[in-house]
Amino acid sequence: MEKPNLLYIEQLARGDDSIKATLIDVIKNEFPDEKKEYYQSLKSKDFKRIEDNVHRIKHKFSILGLEKSYNKANAFEHNLREHILNLKEEQDFEETLLSITEYLKTI
Amino acid sequence: MNCIIIDDEQMARVIVRTLCNQVTSLNILQEFTNAIEAIKFLNENHVDLIFLDIHMPNFSGLDFIKTLKDPPKIIFTTSDPKFAMEAFEYDFIVDYLLKPIELPRFEKAIVKAEKLQLIKTEITTKKDSELKNDFYVNIDRRLIKIDLSSIYLIEAKGDYINIKTEDKNYVVHSTLKKIEEKLPDSLFLKVHRSYIINVKKIIDIEDNSVLIKKDVVPVSRSNRPELMKRLDLL
Repeated sequence: MEKPNLLYIEQLARGDDSIKATLIDVIKNEFPDEKKEYYQSLKSKDFKRIEDNVHRIKHKFSILGLEKSYNKANAFEHNLREHILNLKEEQDFEETLLSITEYLKTI
Repeated sequence: MNCIIIDDEQMARVIVRTLCNQVTSLNILQEFTNAIEAIKFLNENHVDLIFLDIHMPNFSGLDFIKTLKDPPKIIFTTSDPKFAMEAFEYDFIVDYLLKPIELPRFEKAIVKAEKLQLIKTEITTKKDSELKNDFYVNIDRRLIKIDLSSIYLIEAKGDYINIKTEDKNYVVHSTLKKIEEKLPDSLFLKVHRSYIINVKKIIDIEDNSVLIKKDVVPVSRSNRPELMKRLDLL
């Protein structure tokens, strides 16, 4: 499984440590709430809200260089729009959420 | 360029702000978490460029652009490539950036926006220069200044033209074609081969004639559509 990385954030910061720190802070603050909202939406089986949550979270995947997970999240989001909750896609998505959660503890 | 950022995701706003700070020509006025908040701001502030997310809950970026009466330039910042075709149907859409946005691609979009800004400025300057206030006419070897806004009608009379102003008429040896070139298009319109009118002075229009002051001026069939276009009809 691919691992999250800070390549994009470093590229964006262009060597400025304060910018890098700001970007990491934002992702650390925003991601847990988005994850929480996703699980709440999932519990209530609200397809529109799950789709919105997945849409927001998948941007974090791309920021953290998780290209494959991003593409899978795209497919998951597309199916949710059609009111299809694919278990394999859900599982893959949640594995990535876990991987990011663990990674954020290390940076 | 004065710009605003509209995106419900904080990380996305911070990224666009970071990119903007790396391009010197951009001045961020404000950031918004939803498009509805931005509408009020746009009504009260001059904005040249909007960075706009498409996928936002309740009111999307595409819904937002449909509400704009005099839209500034817009750069979409989105994860969805599927709206690109629809987005480019609007002539004020400068570019469509897919997240995660990288600096070289962002700079390219800004260059496009700056070019469009330059064209807009040139058009405005040209229009302003067209709006000169007066010109001189030669009557009996005297050069007499006539204030453009005071003219309500110019009538062709053989080798002469009769320039009618609020307080005086001037008969000048010239042609309608020559004087037409000196008049700003925004104010004057040739409604007939023998008449140029100041559209701001029209009192009423009936069938194929216009009442200006006490003069009833014929409007030729070919010029009527242009005249109707100039009127602010309810």
